[in-house]
Amino acid sequence: MMNLKNTVAAPAPKKNFSWNNPATRAIVYQVLAVALVGGVGWYMVHNTLHNLSVRNITTGFDFLTREAGFAIGEGLITFTPADTYQRAITVGVLNTLRVALCGILFATILGTIIGIARLSKNWLVRTVASVYVEVMRNIPLLLQLFFWYVIIIETMPGPRKAFHPLAGVFISNRGIQIPSVHGEGLTWLLVGLLLAVLLSLTLRVWARRRQDQTGKIFALGRSTLVLLLVTPALAWWLSGTQMSLDVPELKGFNFAGGLTLSPEFAALLFGLVIYTSAFIAEVVRSGIQSVDRGQWEAAGALGIKNSLVLRLVVLPQALRVIIPPMTSQYLNITKNSSLAVAIGYPDLVSVINTTLNQTGQAIEGILMIMAAYLTVSLSISFFMNWYNKRIALVER
Amino acid sequence: MSVDPNAVNSSSGPGLLSRVPVLHWLRTQLFSSPLNTLLTLLTLWLLLATVPAIIDWVFLKSTITATSAQECRKVTGACWAVIVEKHRLILFGVYPYEEQWRPLLATLLLLGVIILSGIRRFWNLSLLVFWLIALTGAAVLMWGGVFGLTHVENSRWGGLPLTLMLSTFGIAFAFPLGIALALGRRSNMPAIKTICIVYIELIRGVPLISLLFMSAVMLPLFLPEGLTIDKLLRAQVAIILFAAAYMAETIRGGLQAIPKGQFEGADSLGLTYWQQTRLIVLPQALKIVIPPLVGLFIALFKDTSLVVIIGIFDLTQAAKAALVDQSWRGFSIEIYVFISAIYFVFCYSMSKYSQSLEKRLATEHQR
Repeated sequence: MMNLKNTVAAPAPKKNFSWNNPATRAIVYQVLAVALVGGVGWYMVHNTLHNLSVRNITTGFDFLTREAGFAIGEGLITFTPADTYQRAITVGVLNTLRVALCGILFATILGTIIGIARLSKNWLVRTVASVYVEVMRNIPLLLQLFFWYVIIIETMPGPRKAFHPLAGVFISNRGIQIPSVHGEGLTWLLVGLLLAVLLSLTLRVWARRRQDQTGKIFALGRSTLVLLLVTPALAWWLSGTQMSLDVPELKGFNFAGGLTLSPEFAALLFGLVIYTSAFIAEVVRSGIQSVDRGQWEAAGALGIKNSLVLRLVVLPQALRVIIPPMTSQYLNITKNSSLAVAIGYPDLVSVINTTLNQTGQAIEGILMIMAAYLTVSLSISFFMNWYNKRIALVER
Repeated sequence: MSVDPNAVNSSSGPGLLSRVPVLHWLRTQLFSSPLNTLLTLLTLWLLLATVPAIIDWVFLKSTITATSAQECRKVTGACWAVIVEKHRLILFGVYPYEEQWRPLLATLLLLGVIILSGIRRFWNLSLLVFWLIALTGAAVLMWGGVFGLTHVENSRWGGLPLTLMLSTFGIAFAFPLGIALALGRRSNMPAIKTICIVYIELIRGVPLISLLFMSAVMLPLFLPEGLTIDKLLRAQVAIILFAAAYMAETIRGGLQAIPKGQFEGADSLGLTYWQQTRLIVLPQALKIVIPPLVGLFIALFKDTSLVVIIGIFDLTQAAKAALVDQSWRGFSIEIYVFISAIYFVFCYSMSKYSQSLEKRLATEHQR
């Protein structure tokens, strides 16, 4: 075999530009494809410019600095009709992020619980979880949003007869009122929490290094829990315990104080969480089921404690299966939050929708919506790809 | 932890509990450990708190025979009479009343071809013929203007047939486009690959609503002056473009699952790229992706409800229209429940079908 290389020298491929040469065809196809896409693009831009000039619509983003002139129901920053369109859109972006982040958090918690419940040994728990999943994921989200919105708006009592399930919590047709905390102590509490997170991350690195060297396992979970509880409490106490609870109460015809979740926000959050948690439950279930039964048994045979098997053996393997579909569920929540426009929650899409109805700047508006969602989608998927690569199975 | 997917029932002694089957089942399933007992009690409490109230509302305290809204307001349960009163509007929208057998027939035609697609005996070229017949038939029935049928403006179409049309036409046209995009994304030609990747990622990165808005306000600007396409067709185009990107990714999954040896084998037989794709690759890849394609169709079926937002009269919008009637105000929950039930029946049966199909197809791979 050795001298084969010398005797049969591969003939250098002849440069021929006949149609039979795949390389030639590839170039021709690509030139045609690019020309087609470019041509269609140019044609549409040409038509658009012509149509715009006929209709006397100016292009460009100058309108952003003009006065908006419409009010926005709720937002994380203050907004008055005298503010600019730019600020209105910022409010919209923040509202979208707020509902998407809350949605992701609660849907993950609820979805994980239901996913685990579907695997329970308990027949009743298993069946109830299955029924929940099947019903919720087979009804369109938009319909669920309308449903929750109508339930809050039409069937909930007025503020005077509001449901009062827990102290300080009121549910009425004006939305949901919950107590809020404010005061100087809150800042210190948050600083303490940040410190605790940093400390436990450091502890984790140290514990892992020690385990690599000595094989001793450190009770990381318990110490992290203690840190998370003690440090903020300590910071709060050291700061002089200046914090007050603002409990909502009925004053006249409406509530004063506390934090208000508007009916729109509550309906959107409810709908997103309930719909998506059904999908997340399936992701979690299939992830856990993907771990072979032999892994449980092998871990048991090695004498690993039952409580550690899940954490050290099963979960790391299940997460590998869970994370990619979980990412797409998170992206779905973010994109589905745009359905807010149907029930009047002022998210990015509905603010821009109002803007483009007022200004006629349809192209700019829609480009902004697309750019915003693309940014969020692409950054979440980049982050998740990075994380996924980090925990991926390293094979040979 | 109560999680053990492969739990084996704990063996029990020869007591009464294990001799009576029901008691044995109760013990092993519901009360096997303190934690399980607690979970059972908690779930029972949850069920007792909700189920009787729901049954009361749906069945016991509801009325279906009420002839007016006043009568309905006297009962504490659901007022199903509103469905009886409005069912034609909900199902067929504002389609001319005497002509409503046409959307009904179109619905049955579309349902027929969907069911036919589920039967494996028809998984060959004849399916293509059936789809062509059904789609043309449905379009002719709805539009009219030929064979003595009166012409009906598509602004008057609505309800269930419209929802079905948007999703079946969507999936049917997205299918070839999706195959092309998936093949393009796996192509060796950098320019074609880039075009396909940009298209797929762009569409998948934005919500369907933004595409529908685009179809509503931007598409008219793209076209030469004087040429207009009506709103429904534009929404249909947006749905097709949207579905094609997702379809492409699903099909790409199938293409990736084909072993390299198949490509090499085809090459060694001297097949050209198109022969290889048509005869060797696609038949295997498409078979793998049938279950996820059913899933995609379910998702699309639900997603067509979004056309409400740009004011097209689909099933969900028909519900809103039924609520406009002043004399029947305040029964929106009944109508939403009714429509949810329609969507549920469709989506649930399709997802059950897809699961059983997955099981059957999976066994064939085992040797």
